[in-house]
Amino acid sequence: MNLNTSILKYIEDVKSGTFTAEEFTAVTLQRIKDVDGDVHAYLSLNDSALNDAKLIDKKISSGEKIGQCYGFPISIKDNICITGTKTTCASKILENFIAPYTSTVVNRLQNEDAVITGKTNLDEFAMGLTTEFSAFGPTKNPWNLDYVPGGSSGGSAASVAANECLASLGSDTGGSVRNPASFCSVVGLKPTYGLISRYGLISYANSIEQIGPMTKTVKDSAFLLNVIAGQDANDDTTIDNNNVNYLENIEDGIEGKKIGIIKEMTTSEGLSSEVSTATKDAIGDFESLGASCEEISLPTIPYTVAAYYTITSTEAGSNLARYDNIRYGYDLESEGYEYNSYISKSRAKFGPEVTRRIILGGFVPSAGHAGKYFLKALKVKSKLILEINKAFEKFDYLIAPTAPVQPFKFGEKIDDPVTLMLLDYNTVTANLTGKPAISVPYRVINGLPIGMQIMANSLKEKSLFQSAYALESKTQLPEVPL
Amino acid sequence: MTKIGLEIHCQLTKLESKLFCSCKANYREFEPNHNICPVCMGLPGSLPRLNQKAVESATSIALALTCDTPEKIAFFRKNYFYPDLPKNFQITQLNVYGDMSVGGEGYVSVEDKKIKIRRIQLEEDPGRIIYEGASERTKITLVDYNRAGTPLVEIVTDPDFESPRQVRLFLNILSDLLENLGVAEPGLEGAMRADGNVSIEGGNKVEIKNIGSFHDLEKALHFEITRQQSLFERDIEIAQETRHWDDRRKITVSSRSKEEDQDYRYFLENDIPWVKIDQSTRDRLKENMPESISSKKERYIEKFDITPQVADIIASDRYYSKLFENAYSDHNAKDIANLITTDVIGFIDTKEKQQNSKITSKHLSDLIDAINSKAITRNSAKVALQEIVKSGKDTKNVLQEMDLGQVSDSSEIDTIISKIFEDEKQAVIDAKERPETVNFLVGKVMQKTKGKADPVKTLELIKSKLNQ
Repeated sequence: MNLNTSILKYIEDVKSGTFTAEEFTAVTLQRIKDVDGDVHAYLSLNDSALNDAKLIDKKISSGEKIGQCYGFPISIKDNICITGTKTTCASKILENFIAPYTSTVVNRLQNEDAVITGKTNLDEFAMGLTTEFSAFGPTKNPWNLDYVPGGSSGGSAASVAANECLASLGSDTGGSVRNPASFCSVVGLKPTYGLISRYGLISYANSIEQIGPMTKTVKDSAFLLNVIAGQDANDDTTIDNNNVNYLENIEDGIEGKKIGIIKEMTTSEGLSSEVSTATKDAIGDFESLGASCEEISLPTIPYTVAAYYTITSTEAGSNLARYDNIRYGYDLESEGYEYNSYISKSRAKFGPEVTRRIILGGFVPSAGHAGKYFLKALKVKSKLILEINKAFEKFDYLIAPTAPVQPFKFGEKIDDPVTLMLLDYNTVTANLTGKPAISVPYRVINGLPIGMQIMANSLKEKSLFQSAYALESKTQLPEVPL
Repeated sequence: MTKIGLEIHCQLTKLESKLFCSCKANYREFEPNHNICPVCMGLPGSLPRLNQKAVESATSIALALTCDTPEKIAFFRKNYFYPDLPKNFQITQLNVYGDMSVGGEGYVSVEDKKIKIRRIQLEEDPGRIIYEGASERTKITLVDYNRAGTPLVEIVTDPDFESPRQVRLFLNILSDLLENLGVAEPGLEGAMRADGNVSIEGGNKVEIKNIGSFHDLEKALHFEITRQQSLFERDIEIAQETRHWDDRRKITVSSRSKEEDQDYRYFLENDIPWVKIDQSTRDRLKENMPESISSKKERYIEKFDITPQVADIIASDRYYSKLFENAYSDHNAKDIANLITTDVIGFIDTKEKQQNSKITSKHLSDLIDAINSKAITRNSAKVALQEIVKSGKDTKNVLQEMDLGQVSDSSEIDTIISKIFEDEKQAVIDAKERPETVNFLVGKVMQKTKGKADPVKTLELIKSKLNQ
């Protein structure tokens, strides 16, 4: 049985009786057993996965109404809650947190008969770009185990790339779906802000983050979005998408479309020559598909990373304030502590990156400094939105490489926070403006992947998928060597 | 000159659910920590869902207090660590870039003075901290989160009050108004709380917190004014600070914690999108708003020729005004109003008694009809009222059962008078010399007849007997 298959092919095969959901799940679980000791994509596994698949087979054989997922195996980033299972955020502070409720996205997947394989690794509280900041050890890149898988949804990306599931849900605050998608050669979508319910996603920077599908193909991404998108009574920020079918007309092509090549993202200092060459190739491909490409400058972009870290740290400082170990958390005898000292003692469990951002988040919006930092960052955000809206008056899509570099070795950048932050340079714009963006696997050079990013205007996911599918069809990529 | 400002917090207890989840707004009946859910406990991954009815209730309050109401409102996070705060931030409102809370400037008239309302905001109440043994120094601190997330309206005034008395009058008007609007029950324990700030001429502003009741607020304000004046007289600077009301010692105490230095790092609560409150919503809220107490009072005075005092008592209490509104007809309104303020209030003077009372508006109109047709005396009506409040029985039955029919037969009354003239010889002599003492004899007749004798006829008969 070939585990390197798409969701859509899987569904066809189950429907035609080539294999059952239980058979496929069993092989997938065996695959996890075989490779996850090396990859470490998972933090916990769903013990009832095989049984869940059996029940779905029963539904199929008895002719009962069956959900559109037909039991395909999917992994979930461990900052998304599922009733009765641990949701750790890869943090010692939530090491034993068992959510008493299920997130809307997982609810929708389960209602459509998907099988959850388990929870995947991430940088602690989704803060990081390599999964090296996981309190439970890093995830390895399936393309080369000496290299980082990207982050923060590194476990999700690796689980898909290593065929330990057919798809995964990650979360993207500044590139956390797209960056590891690029590093592991999978498709990663950050949808329009509000398109997918965040109910059950543990907040890091709630004003800009979204859950996003990570898949092997563009069509699978559209399929998953069909299942999980749309308004939710549990999340006031969700928007009505009028039940768009994102798969419909996905092969329509991009002839006559206008593509803007973002100057600041394709000529930046940090761009590697391999990524630069790949970008030029991609532009050539888009033109051969009948689109016209033109460079566009968005002059606010050089300020976006600073604005991004200012805004996200402010929100993180507030969102993570609840982890005071009073109502839930880990064992720490309160006896003998005064309130303030107890809190500082219990919050010492946070890892270095989270601590850094909480401290920053206490400073940048504080009374004496908000004008210089937080309010300025909000201004950058507003200005960027104006710029990008103007750009979308002219262009259908804006493109750039997802990450300025290819995956790098463990430990190479972890001690240099500023260099790490610059990895976000090409991805944060979509978060700050709320626009949808997708990373499409484009090249594997020297055994390491490169992804291309396409951005579209708000709620234009359908059009975004058409362009991503067109680009995908131009590529011929090797199989993962694991 | 003394300047006092207020910060009033009032729970919207008439709402079904909390501000951001479906737990009950009325948390008082629950065992500790039994009225909670992932949202009001701020569990990881939970999101607030704004209770739109709370926005409407708060907007009604703003409209009733003549406040400016903005087209759209936003919520902010006020960040601080405290054990009663599940998320370690409070979702509240802030007017930093123009009006973004449910209400901007408005005013309330207290006697001749206009007290300016600075703003009204909607926010969540925190949980409650219980110190075992009721002392902050004991080791055990318990937290009950049942209250966490209860919809709370904060009303902030300008420092326009000149005396604790004005504060008391204002709070009476305000709590009547909130109750009349049907959004709050200011009488419930802890449902309406107020902090004050006080400054005297030449001194700094001092905030007083932790005041349990309006009664204590008045005491605290008095204490604080006296304290500041005595410092001023001795040329000691009045420090700008926050002081806590010590309920046991009845004094204000400087709070050592540096609350005024706290930096709340306010920023927008992005989990709740801006809420539009369009003109049609405001029009609808205004339309559905019950008649204001002052307009009700004016209507009673003008239409029924009722005295301002009586009109005030009835108009400002929802229970009495409802009894009155359903009982009166044009010819007996004044009598019914008087019956309520002289007799009914005596039997039903607390909220609890109002709830338990079985009296209806029909009872009142029946009683007035009986008095006016001379079937019973005013005194008998009072006796009957007491029974009706308890049993709710039909007026006619009560009058019959208690034998309260008026005695107006002259010969019957005459016989009683003759007997009294024999028993009270001295009083008869007194009455002959000083006619103003005749009431003593009338009283004796009433006593004998248990108040059933027609008082007019009795007086007539006594007078004629005295002249014999």
